[in-house]
Amino acid sequence: MIDQLIDSFKKFELQLNGASKNSWHQIRKKAMESFSEKGLPKAKNEEYRYTQLGRILDKKFQFSDLSMVGRDSIHGENILFHDADAYHIYINNGIVDKEINSSLIANGLIILTLQEALGKYPKDIEAHLGNYSNKNNDAFAELNTIFSYEGVFIKVEKNANIDKPILLHYSGTDHLNQSIYQSRNLIIVESGAQVEIIESYSSFEKEEYFSNHVSEIVVEANAHFNYYKLQNQSNKTYHVDNTYIAQEKDSVVTSYIFTLEGKIIRNNLNFALEDQNCETHLFGLYVAHGDNHIDNHTVVNHKFANCFSNQIYKGILDDTAKAVFNGKIFVQPDAQKTNAFQSNKNILLTDTASMNSKPQLEIWADDVKCSHGCTTGQLDEEQLFYLRSRGISKSSARGMLLHAFVDDVLDKIKIDFLHDFVANEMNNRLD
Amino acid sequence: MLKIKNLHASVAGQQILKGINLEIKAGEVHAIMGPNGSGKSTLASVLAGREEYEVTEGEVEFLGKNILDLSPEDRAREGLFLAFQYPVEIPGVSSNNFLRTALNQIRQYKGLEPMDAVHFLKRMKEKMSLVEIDQKLINRSLNEGFSGGEKKRNEIFQMAMLEPKLAILDETDSGLDIDALRIVANGVNKLKSKDNATIVVTHYQRLLDYIVPDFVHVLYKGRIVKSGDKSLAMELEDKGYDWIKVDVDGVVS
Repeated sequence: MIDQLIDSFKKFELQLNGASKNSWHQIRKKAMESFSEKGLPKAKNEEYRYTQLGRILDKKFQFSDLSMVGRDSIHGENILFHDADAYHIYINNGIVDKEINSSLIANGLIILTLQEALGKYPKDIEAHLGNYSNKNNDAFAELNTIFSYEGVFIKVEKNANIDKPILLHYSGTDHLNQSIYQSRNLIIVESGAQVEIIESYSSFEKEEYFSNHVSEIVVEANAHFNYYKLQNQSNKTYHVDNTYIAQEKDSVVTSYIFTLEGKIIRNNLNFALEDQNCETHLFGLYVAHGDNHIDNHTVVNHKFANCFSNQIYKGILDDTAKAVFNGKIFVQPDAQKTNAFQSNKNILLTDTASMNSKPQLEIWADDVKCSHGCTTGQLDEEQLFYLRSRGISKSSARGMLLHAFVDDVLDKIKIDFLHDFVANEMNNRLD
Repeated sequence: MLKIKNLHASVAGQQILKGINLEIKAGEVHAIMGPNGSGKSTLASVLAGREEYEVTEGEVEFLGKNILDLSPEDRAREGLFLAFQYPVEIPGVSSNNFLRTALNQIRQYKGLEPMDAVHFLKRMKEKMSLVEIDQKLINRSLNEGFSGGEKKRNEIFQMAMLEPKLAILDETDSGLDIDALRIVANGVNKLKSKDNATIVVTHYQRLLDYIVPDFVHVLYKGRIVKSGDKSLAMELEDKGYDWIKVDVDGVVS
């Protein structure tokens, strides 16, 4: 497979023409070096132990075709939230739709393709692109770094307060069956700025493809950033998401991941708290059915004192669905007075659904407050009986308990159209 | 209203009820007493339809219907109410939504229109004052963080809201102080009418000073071994259960 990739990379370099000498390409080469040493995660890789993506992808997908992607036109009106009050960007098969892109104008908001940004904001690209993903050595992130040549660059300028959410629509229209798509974002929220960004993933056709995404995000001092991901692809889609968020002093970031559909989904969400007084919230909700496999890995790295992080991930698993949660919290020696909390709760609706949950706290400072908890179980029989004994049908009682379970996460969504959509999906799924 | 004939029930393979016979008419209050482990709570659970209990023999007829084949929700819709010994906390489910769903599903079962918000709130207010329960409690999630007394009071409040034909109070008095006991008993007494009936399951005679029973039955080893009027309860308070045990075990052996 590595040989295929090296071949494919050479072809890709030829297509780049003169661009193969620029700074971006140097980042690619670095990722290629690291990737070719190890390849995709092997069966015994601890990080991918419960999600054997490496083996599955290797069998199913043609890694020789990585540089060829279909450039299909997409139909905006079919896409979820296309009429929402937001700044819309459409990304199909990893390719940014430029026409729609050009209508995005707001004070203090810059949205470009990464190619364009390379010319206009070379310093930002040099300082940040690949800077976070390459450090992490995740094979999928590296694969993305090697082969992505387009992507979205978003810069929110100092003290700008963006009036509407930015909505990135990701879709796949797979004409080349079993293709691999790379999509990539670099987002810079400058100091004092405030913005909401939604990444919405859907697929038009129920064909097998693998979308491999990377977002690198820098949130500067005192900036506020709300970040939503809605993963609602088809039950044949493979998706890997590597997101890196670096927070600077006094910044506040809240992330939300809602996973509703996908064959295999793996999210690696990495927070690095790079200065004092950062505040970080991570919310996750996954509702899996059929043979969905949903894997959430989170890392919150407390490097400095007086930061706060809180994560709540909840899952409901039906049929033969599987889910994985692995939450790492690092509290470095200098990170005194850290408050770090983590909770993962799951409900299994069948005997055949399964959950692997693993909290992992590494604490090197001595004056900190940290806690974690995870529970996995069936719906509470006592609660069910109590509701039914009052005349409430079994299915309503079940729905009430499941709603009660997810509501505290749903209530945190601050964007109405997104809240309504997710709440409605929950209604359809849970009742 | 309720006819129990030769009821046998087991849980996890162990026979608990060994032939209960009991008949209850509208307007009556029956107290079921007995030492720990005699099967009192099992009887309450079997009547309400708790699924882990298996009825191995006998019949239970409620308002002319065999209820043993009905689901717990249908028994409730027919007019049966169990006030739990240990009411469950259900975080995230509001009392309001819970009661409204329950009330309207019962109405739907009876072929009635759902109750609108105005009438529902009116009934809530009325019943809240009847059982002296605070609005603040009702605004919280169902039973979440309630004290023992608050939970029991909430059971009586739910009973007031749903207006059952037959209420079974399973050890509603245990753990209550005198003030809470008085409030709970008052609620029960105010809800009493010639059309409904109450079964009071209790270990202590004290509750029966406040809710005066027409009949008292003593349950021991899964059978009703003695029945009488309220003076039987007084006798039990004075002499304890030992003389009953001697009576019964003496006969058996």
